[in-house]
Amino acid sequence: MDKRLSIVIIEPDPDRAEPIMAGLRDAGDHDIRIIAGETGLARRIAELRPDVVLIDLANPSRDILEELALASGPMERPVAMFVDQSDEQLTRAAIEAGISAYVVDGLRADRLQPILDAAIARFHLFQRMRAELASMRTALEERKIIDRAKAILMKARGIDEEAAYALLRKTAMDQGKRVAEIAQQLVMAAGLLT
Amino acid sequence: MNLTPLRLGYLPLIDAAPLVVTHELGFAAEEGLGLDLVRQTAWAQSRDMLGAGLVDAAHMLVPMPVAQAMGLGPRMPALDLLMVLSQGGQAVAVSRDLTARLRARGHDFAFDDARAAGLALRAVAPQGLRVAVPFAFSTQHELIAHWLGACGVGDVRVTTVPPPMMADALASAEVDVFCVGEPWASFAVERGLAALLLPGNAIWAAAPEKGLVMRRDLAEGRPEITGRLMRAVWRACRWLDEAQNRGTAADILSRPAYLDLSPELAERGLTGRLMVTPDGDMRQDAHFIAFHDGAANFPWKSRAALFAHRIAQRHGLDPGPAMQAAMGHFRTDLYRQHLRPAGAALPGASSRVEGALPQDRLVAAEKGQMILGADGFFDGFTFDPAAPASTN
Repeated sequence: MDKRLSIVIIEPDPDRAEPIMAGLRDAGDHDIRIIAGETGLARRIAELRPDVVLIDLANPSRDILEELALASGPMERPVAMFVDQSDEQLTRAAIEAGISAYVVDGLRADRLQPILDAAIARFHLFQRMRAELASMRTALEERKIIDRAKAILMKARGIDEEAAYALLRKTAMDQGKRVAEIAQQLVMAAGLLT
Repeated sequence: MNLTPLRLGYLPLIDAAPLVVTHELGFAAEEGLGLDLVRQTAWAQSRDMLGAGLVDAAHMLVPMPVAQAMGLGPRMPALDLLMVLSQGGQAVAVSRDLTARLRARGHDFAFDDARAAGLALRAVAPQGLRVAVPFAFSTQHELIAHWLGACGVGDVRVTTVPPPMMADALASAEVDVFCVGEPWASFAVERGLAALLLPGNAIWAAAPEKGLVMRRDLAEGRPEITGRLMRAVWRACRWLDEAQNRGTAADILSRPAYLDLSPELAERGLTGRLMVTPDGDMRQDAHFIAFHDGAANFPWKSRAALFAHRIAQRHGLDPGPAMQAAMGHFRTDLYRQHLRPAGAALPGASSRVEGALPQDRLVAAEKGQMILGADGFFDGFTFDPAAPASTN
């Protein structure tokens, strides 16, 4: 039987790290650890000597891992990027999901595949949540801008709120733009005039 | 007019200015390109996204495509450097403890004499130095290795620290010295954690820092788009080297979408007016960073060879094949083909002896004459790709 793999997840946010860990547990019986920060990262990795390191593609600590991947001292087990040994489809899927994996030299692709598949699924979930959060924030910001634009129009033209919104909407339609864009322009112009 | 969309990766540094200016000042639109600038947080991320085709081109450390060409990186489609985006822009910073020891020894922080600074460091840190650089394959790493090697500083341990974390690495005494691109050195001075010892150009007057890198299959397979992007970026670089534009560039670059720092901080490196100590000592360095002048954009193959030679030696690889491989990825041919129509001055040769110009020099170009910028090393070091025996 294959030995248990040692997997390290580098993730500062526990709300993200836990689900990844849960996903990986479902993918097999492995020894999974979470490292939160970059302080002492190199030393921790050297101590744990993991077979697989999973990290967000955009985590700045990746550049520290790159250096570890080049080191080959007796205490620092070299971690190589999985793209060296695995197929391109899997690589691309992982990168698109925002995940980067460092894998010890010689680990068989069939052992790696279920781990990566599980991680990719979790990362996709995060990406979707992040995108939803961003669009919610944008919607909130736009609502605020439109409210300010309405207030400016109501004061300047002595009209009520409904009429102010109708005016914004008509202008937006005439110019082929979004109401939020017209509101933004109005607020900016008003800022210049006062 | 419909713009051809292109996604460009960059990291938040003042030398991302060429790409930001290409977009913000309409140089891209003039060439029919609509740029989507994607801010990234790690060099490895930039490389991987470029390799996977998730960005079309990237602002990248010049030694990165060299290391890729040598096989020191993940297996991915070939990456080519199309043009150099910047020279210099780095600074060497020392911890408060080292600052005090250097001062006690009478060092003046003149910010222009690499030998004096190196010898002073050797005297105050006989046990050796721990130095942070932003990436294993970076111009900063090569500058540090050359400078401290030439000054006889014995035990130098180089580690990677992401630029925004450099200041904290000094503060927590994880490292003694760092070399990083602006604004991250000034950021550490501003927080009272470091003093600036040298600009990169005091070590090597024309150290190529960032390049425009693209996948070879895309660069060659879409020559029309490659050419348009190169011309747009080249015009932005020319605009950036008109001194009166640097303040505007600092304002644009500081916006939340890009560096998200005060314009005053970005301005220091871009104008070459740097505060070198937390006490407010100012130094002026007119050549701190160059984006265009002196043929700064030309991707000399000899520079690929120089970096490859050094990296090969450090990793125990045969320098000959490493240099050959790397030189093939600095695309002087595409530079000539696509920038000739824009009126760029083109040198007669594509390789030269590096470090051989103590001053700017007027030379014959493909057409007429052109000025090559000074490119001397502080110790008179030269590198001939045909006889590369002399790197330290």
